[in-house]
Order: sequence, then C-alpha cells, then structure tokens
Amino acid sequence: MNIIETKNLVFEYIRRDENGEAEGVTEAVDHVDMQIQQGDFVAVLGHNGSGKSTLAKHFNALLLPTEGTVLVTGKDTSKPENLWDIRKRAGMVFQNPDNQIIGQVVEEDVGFGPENLGVKTSEIWRRVEESLKAVGIYEFRKFSPNKLSGGQKQRVSIAGVIAMHPQCIILDEPTAMLDPNGRKEVIRAIRALNDVENITVILITHYMEEIVHADKVFVMEKGKVVMDGTPREIFSRVEELKKYRLDVPKVTELAYELKKSGVPMPDGILNTEEFVEAFRKATRR
Amino acid sequence: MLRDITLGQYYQTDSILHKLDPRIKLIGTFWFIVALFLVKNFIGYAVALLFLAACIKLSHVPFKFIVKGMKSILILLLITMVFNLVLTPGRELAHLGPIKVTYEGLTIAAKMAIRLTMLIIGSSILTLTTTPSNLTDGMEKLFAPLKVFKVPVHEVAMMMSIALRFIPILLEETDKIMKAQMARAADFESGNLIQRAKSLGALLEPLFLSAFQRALDLAMAMEARCYRGGEGRTKMKPLVYAHRDYAARAIIYLFVIATVVLGRMNIGL
Repeated sequence: MNIIETKNLVFEYIRRDENGEAEGVTEAVDHVDMQIQQGDFVAVLGHNGSGKSTLAKHFNALLLPTEGTVLVTGKDTSKPENLWDIRKRAGMVFQNPDNQIIGQVVEEDVGFGPENLGVKTSEIWRRVEESLKAVGIYEFRKFSPNKLSGGQKQRVSIAGVIAMHPQCIILDEPTAMLDPNGRKEVIRAIRALNDVENITVILITHYMEEIVHADKVFVMEKGKVVMDGTPREIFSRVEELKKYRLDVPKVTELAYELKKSGVPMPDGILNTEEFVEAFRKATRR
Repeated sequence: MLRDITLGQYYQTDSILHKLDPRIKLIGTFWFIVALFLVKNFIGYAVALLFLAACIKLSHVPFKFIVKGMKSILILLLITMVFNLVLTPGRELAHLGPIKVTYEGLTIAAKMAIRLTMLIIGSSILTLTTTPSNLTDGMEKLFAPLKVFKVPVHEVAMMMSIALRFIPILLEETDKIMKAQMARAADFESGNLIQRAKSLGALLEPLFLSAFQRALDLAMAMEARCYRGGEGRTKMKPLVYAHRDYAARAIIYLFVIATVVLGRMNIGL
C-alpha cells in the first residue's frame, strides 16, 4: 500500500524583488510523481534549492499543492477536513533542533504532541516513556533541552513525533546542523525506528552516507525528480550524480576511480566491507 | 557574561512546599502580600513574620540562598527608607543641618522596610519552590474562568512558557552575535551613552531577525505536531488538588485573617 503518493505535484511561489513587486514564478516542485510504500526507508537527496524541503512540507500538509494532488494514507492533503488526521499520521522533524522543542523539560516536550491529540494522561506517560526509550534518551527525561547536545536534542524531536504514533515520519535535513557524532546518533535512531517499529521513514538530506541504508532513493534537482532507485543503482551512476553537484561516499568514489583506471570493480559499492571484498576479488587474478 | 543571569530562580530540593499545587502557592502569595499592605501595627508584622519563617523552614531552601536574592533590591530599600526618614513631618528626633529625622518618619521607614523585605521574600519563596512550567500551568488553571470573557488564558500561558524556554537560547545567541561583532572591532563597552546605544543597534538587529526566524520555525513545528490551541487538549501533568493542598489553603487563610485582624487593632504601636 502506498502511504504517500504524489500525482503531478507542482508548487509555485512568486519571486519578489526588493520593493515587493512580483518578478516571476518559480516552480519549487515541478511535476513530481512519487509513490512511497508503507514500511519503507526512503531518502530524498538533492542540493540546496533543489526543492526537496518544499516537497517534504507537502507530506504533512504544511504546504498545499499549486497543482496536482498529494495523498497521505489515501487522504487528499488539500481537503481541510483531512488536515489533522494527516498530521497525526505523518510526523515531521525539522532541521534546527532548538526551534522545534517546545517543552522546558525533555519529557514535557515529548508529551506535547499527544497532549494536542487529546490522549489520556496515563496513556501520554506510557507513550512518552516508550518513545524516549525507542530513541535511547530515556535517562535524560528530566533534563532541560538546553543542556543536551545537538544529536540528543534532535532525538528528543524524533521522540516527540513518534509519541503521536504516526505511520510515517518525515525528517527534513535532521542532521544538517549536527557534528559527525550527532549525525551518527540520529541516523542510528532513525534506522531503528524503521527496522523495529516498522515506521515509514522519509529522510531528506544532502549527505550521501545517510542514504546507504535506504530502500529507495529519489534525487531531486530544480524541483524535478531526476533519478530514482536503490542506493546501489544510484551510486553506480557517479558521473550523473556529479552533474547534480552531489558527491558519492568515499569508498564508492574510490571504487569508481579504480574501475576507470582498469581495475575490474563492480558498480555501486556502498561500504568499506563491500569494497574490501570486491577489491580482493579484482586483484586476485 | 550573559550566562551569569539566572532565570526562574527555582531551587531544586524536596519539600512539602515544592509538592504543593502551584495554584495554592499563587493564591497564598497573593493574600500574603495583600495582608502586608493592610497591616498597620507591629503585632501584625510579627504574625506575618512567624508565617514567613514557617514557610522558609518548610521550603528546605537555605536561608542564605533566599537572602542572596535580596541583594538586588537593597538599594531600592535604602532609598525608600531614607526618603521616608527625612521627608515625613512630625516630632523631631534629631537633625543634621536642614535635614530633620522625625519619630513618625522612623516608624514609617521601619514599617516600609519590613513590608518590602517580607514581600520580596514571600514572593521569592513562590518562585524558589515552583518550576516555571508549573507556575504557568497554575496561572492557566487559576485564570481559566476568565475564558468566559474571551481572555485568551491558554494562549497567554503557552506564550509565557515558550518565552521561558527561549530566553536561554536567545541569551546564548546574543553572546554569539556580540562576540562576532567584537571580532569585527565593534565596541560595546566604551563611549558615552549615545555611542553605546548606537552600537547596540548592531546587536539588536541580527538578534531580532533571528528571533523572528525562530518564531516562524517554531510555529511550523507546533502545527506539524497538531497544535491547535487549548481546545480539546489533554494534560500530561494535570493539576489536581490533594489533601495537603486543602490543608495548606486552610492554614494560609487562617494566618492571613489573623495577620490582618491583629495588624489593624488600635494598640498604638
């Protein structure tokens, strides 16, 4: 079943000059057709200004399409009566951890979503505990968010979303403001959600390393989906990726360069182990 | 430098006052202050002091800690005292040139000092024993009846708690901007008042811009988490009166009445 489906989605905004006069229309999302299946880990990759964040905001009705439709669990986002149901089913995590934490104590922030949904008090506590444990920050539940590291704060945000029991979680560059350690923590938490809780994950990012574990990858450029496939398929097309100003992971690039200079390496190497294996095989002869 | 500012001077410890419902503490503080202003003689102050001492004892907050908070108002206190001392007409006690100290002035100054000190200590016990979020929750519930008159009680409480959450973040940001501007040779610390005010512009402008950006982001994040006002919202930590809260309320009322009755008796003190 498709949890999210876009049909011919277009989002336009009006460019304005300094005096507020309309200069022209930019199509931030340009005729996108996308199907995301329940339980998948999907990555949307793209350079700054490729329209990936704009697209993500359509998935929980923060933005509404100019043309075309977006269906979340079969419900049309442009119908006002579906709004809260869609937001409950498709949770969203944003880039800046500081600007999305509302509570003054970690556990209170995680409880904010369930409170808004009108969940019973005892059930809220159960959900808060369960979500904090799922992202591995249960021991910080009594802390002020200001005392946490970036990676921990972002995991609080994720816990806040999963406490609402969504079917799908959209993460809009959740690691862009974090250091490498924080990035790892967050990606690990996201993968666990997908594997263990079977929540559909849509990860918007421009870090190549983060999409390695995805089931499906979409590459966006100038509002259009220009490539899609498994990470392996995507990483085999190194030249094409470079055209979109995206870098492949270091091992993939090394394998690609080796292949170009005559070592028989396969396409789309995803990690060091694979590389070592393939390299041994290639150099044995 | 900016980090030194402590906000919401909550003192973490375990005491009966900490456990008390914030509504009771708010009501108690309110009536205590009202009583202080109704009291006319020193007996009333003695009763109030007794009540205050009991509260301090029960709060388990070290007395030193409470007194530390008084430092900031010491000057205000002294100025008020001096003015009352020298400007009140009446029987002369002593004089220094044209400045005259009267018997009436001395009593008024003493009463004023006692009243202000107790007022400050009384209200700091409230903030010392109640977390900011608990306090806003209490206010929201206490003022809930005003919703009938279209007062946006929930919204105001939500704004207050968000403000409290963002104060440390904005302070940190101010610090960062200041350092960035100083690195580019901005000078915030010398020059006359006008020059300093002007250089503050370079600080406030980026700060305001970023505050607005944060506000926009936060509003979006709240909407994404299904926030739609107070209607139909449940509470993770609902406020429910326990037995001790009823008991505390009875004790507070008794003390307040005793203070006012004794404090308004005409016994010439």
